[in-house]
Amino acid sequence: MTAMAFAFYMFAISALVGGLFTVISRNPVHSVLWLILSFISAAGLFVLLGAEFVAMLLVIVYVGAVAVLFLFVVMMLDVDFAELKAEMARYMPLALLIAVILLMQFGIAFGAWEVSPGAEAAAVAPTPVDVQNTAALGLLLYDKYFLLFQLAGLILLVAMIGAIVLTLRHRTDIKRQNVLHQMWRDPAKAMELKDVKPGQGL
Amino acid sequence: MIQADLNIILPEIVIAVYAMLALLGAVYSVKDKAAGMLIWLTAVLFVAMAFWIGTTGSGTRVAFSGMFIDDGFSRFAKIMILVSAAAVLVMGQDYMARRGLLRFEYPILIALCAVGMMMMVSAGDLMSLYMGLELQSLALYVVASLRRDSAKSTEAGLKYFVLGALSSGLLLYGASLIYGYAGTTGFAGIINVAEGRAPLGLLFGLVFVMSGLAFKVSAVPFHMWTPDVYEGAPTPVTAFFATAPKVAAMALFARVAYDAFGGIVADWQQIIAVMSVLSIFWGSFAAIGQTDIKRLMAYSSIAHMGFALMGLAAGTAFGVQAMLIYMAIYVTMNVGTFAFILSMQKNGLPITDIRSLNLYSRAHPGRALAMLVLLFSLAGVPPLVGFFGKFYVLRAAYEGGLVWLAVLGVVGSVIGAFYYLRIVFYMYFGEEGETLDPPASPVLWSFLMVTAAIIGLAWLPGINLFGIEGAAQAAAATLVN
Repeated sequence: MTAMAFAFYMFAISALVGGLFTVISRNPVHSVLWLILSFISAAGLFVLLGAEFVAMLLVIVYVGAVAVLFLFVVMMLDVDFAELKAEMARYMPLALLIAVILLMQFGIAFGAWEVSPGAEAAAVAPTPVDVQNTAALGLLLYDKYFLLFQLAGLILLVAMIGAIVLTLRHRTDIKRQNVLHQMWRDPAKAMELKDVKPGQGL
Repeated sequence: MIQADLNIILPEIVIAVYAMLALLGAVYSVKDKAAGMLIWLTAVLFVAMAFWIGTTGSGTRVAFSGMFIDDGFSRFAKIMILVSAAAVLVMGQDYMARRGLLRFEYPILIALCAVGMMMMVSAGDLMSLYMGLELQSLALYVVASLRRDSAKSTEAGLKYFVLGALSSGLLLYGASLIYGYAGTTGFAGIINVAEGRAPLGLLFGLVFVMSGLAFKVSAVPFHMWTPDVYEGAPTPVTAFFATAPKVAAMALFARVAYDAFGGIVADWQQIIAVMSVLSIFWGSFAAIGQTDIKRLMAYSSIAHMGFALMGLAAGTAFGVQAMLIYMAIYVTMNVGTFAFILSMQKNGLPITDIRSLNLYSRAHPGRALAMLVLLFSLAGVPPLVGFFGKFYVLRAAYEGGLVWLAVLGVVGSVIGAFYYLRIVFYMYFGEEGETLDPPASPVLWSFLMVTAAIIGLAWLPGINLFGIEGAAQAAAATLVN
């Protein structure tokens, strides 16, 4: 077994274990931590494939930003996870049955796998030899997949509009800071001096 | 090179740029007060684009190295999508305004959704398919929960979102299997690999992709979200769900089936035939117990999608033609029916219980007659247009050698007729009770009357379904060859 293969199996096993415990661990914070392990293992797999840029993206974006965001959300949300788990346990036998059947089917399919003669020739993106990883991605993304890149932008725009439509509320019963209003405030009008006589009050 | 590509997707670019400009304009000016104007503007733009696509498009053009296909089939579907979306937008305006839901984002989201739908029907690659599908779905998730203060509406949006994400996952998994076994994501490349006898892994991918697409057309067994989402979403949004996105998903289904897997028709034919039968029967049986007209329309749409899938299952060019004709008729009938549902209200509040229609014919004989025509057509009573839609798909299934499917389809349509006739019964022979408010909106009235007139008269020999038969035949010929 070469070092590459050894590393592959290690990363693959830890990715699977991370994924499994994300689903079954009791504490939601632990779930997120297991998810992070899974992401990092996947990043390791990408490095083995020679896609170091994607691996770095996975670590920076998913582990650094998305998972930490998850962690905050999980800690701040008041969700009764025990109840959700109980609900899940009810359907677990059925889910396991379906999963086992699917797994067996894939096993059969994999056993009968033969490479079709046209498959190798049909591969559209040959591995670039002397082009850097990042540069190769950029060339594809901004040239060949220009349309998809723009569409992804539109999808993000829809997501942004959606988040604002569904959550933004213009409340009228709260006080807001108006800087100009504060600066133009006239002491002469805002204050009034009263001479309060002793024992009388206002 | 890029110039030529951009020319081909010009209608999509125009709508996308319009949506962005409208968003900026509305945000920096009067915000929600612009909503009414934006709805009309969007509808006019949709109709203009449909006209443009219909008059200028010719031949088959491919853009972005096969990712975008502009052919007769996609143009036919785009015109249907744009016109029905415009009709539903205009119809819903009054309802939205009265419920305080008229927000300027609504027409903008619908416009972006239309871009997604146009990408879907023109997809020539698994990646552009997925991008179009997500753009469309994401906008739909948001508009489903537009009434964010109502638990039902937010539940509808959340349910749709979670199940939609699951179906996207299935579709992506299938797409990755197809890519792995075919070596390419382009339909033109996949069809070369899937010629005659396809590799097993490719079939696995095909099954997953079809499951994901079946979710979008709400075919049994991927239908469970439909009744809840239809009921929970605001009625104009429900009307939208029942029309344009269904056309887009159905056209995408046909596109994947023929453009990518046209060489292995026998392999997917059985999947679609089984889904078709299950949808027809489940849609017909489950609707019997419903009293909410929106849930009833949800089950009705499930059954109708079953019939449209039957045309696809035939595996012939005539089958695709029958499917396109069926979808055009289905959309017209649904626009009319929802124009009626949108005008149902009691004491100023919208009502969806079909028992409130008791003796509706006495108070409003004209509207009741129009609704009667639409319901009879939905049930497939000859000689109304809905009958011809069913007739075409049944004939396609019969000629495609699926006699059992055609027989079961006839049985299912007879069962399905029951619940449409029940609404007619309430309208004409129901018990005495409180009547609905007199409908106010002339827009809804004219939509109801015009669609009822089309449905009731288009079968006449001189009109001949407005020549849609020939257009659908030409469109189907570009897809199946």
